[in-house]
Amino acid sequence: MTIQEQKINRTLADSPNDLSLAAAVVPSTIIRPSSGWASLGLKELWEYRELLYFLIWRDIKVRYKQTVLGAAWAIIQPFFMMIVFSLFFGRLAGAPSDGIPYPIFVYCALLPWQLFAHALTESSNSLIANERLITKVYFPRLVIPISAVLAGLVDFAIAFVILVAMMAYYRIVPTLAVLTLPLFIILAVMTSLGVGLWLSALNVQYRDVRYTLTFLTQVWLFATPVAYSSTLVPERWRAIYGLNPMAGVVEGFRWALLGKAQGPGILLAVSVSVVILILIGGVYYFQRMEETFADLV
Amino acid sequence: MSDMAICCEGLSKRYRIGERQRYKALRDTLTDAIYAPTRRLRSMFNGSANATVAIADSTFWAIKDISFEVEHGEAVGIIGHNGAGKSTLLKILSRITKPSEGEARINGRVGSLLEVGTGFHPELTGRDNIYLNGAILGMKKAEIRRKFDEIVAFAEIDKFIDTPVKRYSSGMYVRLAFAVAAHLEPEVLIVDEVLAVGDASFQKKCLGKMGDVANKGRTVLFVSHNMSAIQRLCARTMLLEGGRLTTYGNTADVVSSYLANGVSEAAPVSWINVAQASRSGTGEARFLAVHYSSLNEAIGFRPYTNGPLEFSLTVESDALRSVEGISVFLSDKYGTRLVNADSAFIGRSVNLHKGLNVVLLKIKELYLNPGMYAIGLWLGNNMGANLDYIESAFQIEVVNLESEGFGIRSNEDGVVTCHFDISVTN
Repeated sequence: MTIQEQKINRTLADSPNDLSLAAAVVPSTIIRPSSGWASLGLKELWEYRELLYFLIWRDIKVRYKQTVLGAAWAIIQPFFMMIVFSLFFGRLAGAPSDGIPYPIFVYCALLPWQLFAHALTESSNSLIANERLITKVYFPRLVIPISAVLAGLVDFAIAFVILVAMMAYYRIVPTLAVLTLPLFIILAVMTSLGVGLWLSALNVQYRDVRYTLTFLTQVWLFATPVAYSSTLVPERWRAIYGLNPMAGVVEGFRWALLGKAQGPGILLAVSVSVVILILIGGVYYFQRMEETFADLV
Repeated sequence: MSDMAICCEGLSKRYRIGERQRYKALRDTLTDAIYAPTRRLRSMFNGSANATVAIADSTFWAIKDISFEVEHGEAVGIIGHNGAGKSTLLKILSRITKPSEGEARINGRVGSLLEVGTGFHPELTGRDNIYLNGAILGMKKAEIRRKFDEIVAFAEIDKFIDTPVKRYSSGMYVRLAFAVAAHLEPEVLIVDEVLAVGDASFQKKCLGKMGDVANKGRTVLFVSHNMSAIQRLCARTMLLEGGRLTTYGNTADVVSSYLANGVSEAAPVSWINVAQASRSGTGEARFLAVHYSSLNEAIGFRPYTNGPLEFSLTVESDALRSVEGISVFLSDKYGTRLVNADSAFIGRSVNLHKGLNVVLLKIKELYLNPGMYAIGLWLGNNMGANLDYIESAFQIEVVNLESEGFGIRSNEDGVVTCHFDISVTN
């Protein structure tokens, strides 16, 4: 029998310090086992937004502590990958890059890819890394993987500066499509969160997830048009290719920033639907498993 | 009912014994799934009785059928032996884990403190950790900012506030951690054994702070092994035994019955049966009966201050074995252990035969003032198995033999005595 709970009518008093005021809005908590689908609990998540903020802030502050190069690591990783890719795929293998200089073609894809891969790894391991919090304090557990994903945006922002410099170097002026860029960033974040929710909840019970992750991200990288262009994929398979949501994200980035003539079209539509499904499913699965975390982790 | 701060009905929590296992791998679940049908088949052939036994064996109730009510503004203590279910109960009330059965209703903002320093990050400074830990405990940013100076002053670390906490001494670390926790001000506060931090003076400060919280009309649920703290803070106390709530009432009564462990004062020179006492340990060797005497017939063999005290311990062993430690310890009414006469301290192991053995243990001089003391018994190896452990088997009374001849003593003179001399030089 699974152990479940339903939360009813929980409102925080505005002024916790003032008892008389708090008494006016007495929050009441009911703790009981129950079965069935609970609500998404997004309202409660909103109440804990300050905790979310502090956890993101902690992850960012701590990330490059006691390193010599510090935040430069956020640039070094995608930058060297770009050099390696340009050398082997661009030069030696001669992969087509839709007429765009290969280095910027690949860097523009590595940016969202790194954001995704890093966020996915961090969020999948986040519940285990925060075991102490889970077994000692109550809060909506969703806060943990969400903060792990969002903290990665800072690295992304730092690495983005290099992209701007490269665009200036190659004299690429973005078209109006650049305005859609935030949407693709959101799509990348939603993808990593959606998959991360599934994997983090699974990871609590099955530590196999940790070992699968490295493998998964490697395979996923090659299934995503980072080193090559999605035009390599025959037109009729394009929609199916979109089942990999990162394909939509990467193509979207290139379209928004480098002004590729053709928009991502059907591929993007498929990607967006897939992400929405994975994310909603992930939230539900996570919330169903949530109540057993403290017992299993 | 709504005027109650906490109201629990039939709270129970069942663990499957396998659930506590760490690092369960997917492989295990797969093999379980493969073997499960054959196991069911086998149990069908072996008769259904076996199958029910298997289910009962693989689950265990951490707490069972706990019902109680706590009024607003009341401070209630929770005591019980290790494994009695205290922490499980607090975890359920803090919503960290869910009950398997039953229901609890809490009216008011809940703050729980099951550990000090949860979420402290060693790389962050004291200042950063105050904000982080405060947020984790459920404080708002504005609230933390308002209390910031108070927290720093309470922790006595103002000079090091911008130093990473990994450079802190362990004392500074726990002081800071407790200071943040102590400034949490929910309407219902749930506290696990967290006062056992820092040095004596800081502990005193912590207790004082807890007392303030209770006096401010907040509801407090307080788990502790420190009986004097419980008695100071809580008017009512509940006693958990084996996952059940056995007593709930006036703190002084509950504490004394807990320490007496159901066995009241036992007279000297008669065999006291301890076979039924609540205990832990493997039981491969266990205490059955105890007999004590001060060897002084004139006062009916009763123990007396600065006099000898001899114990005869009947121990049953299921095999021939050598045991490193056999000990008798005495605790005061607050549960503080005062004397521990352990054979391991003098490097003497004890050889037990299969069956019944009688071990003689003699305290040459008992430096305890007159009063009631609880006797505890332990048998085991220091590094290895705990064979038998009874925290409180029975109570004895130590009387005063010397006061008639030598002077006047009162209970306020302290717990232990010493031999001393006085001389005056001019």
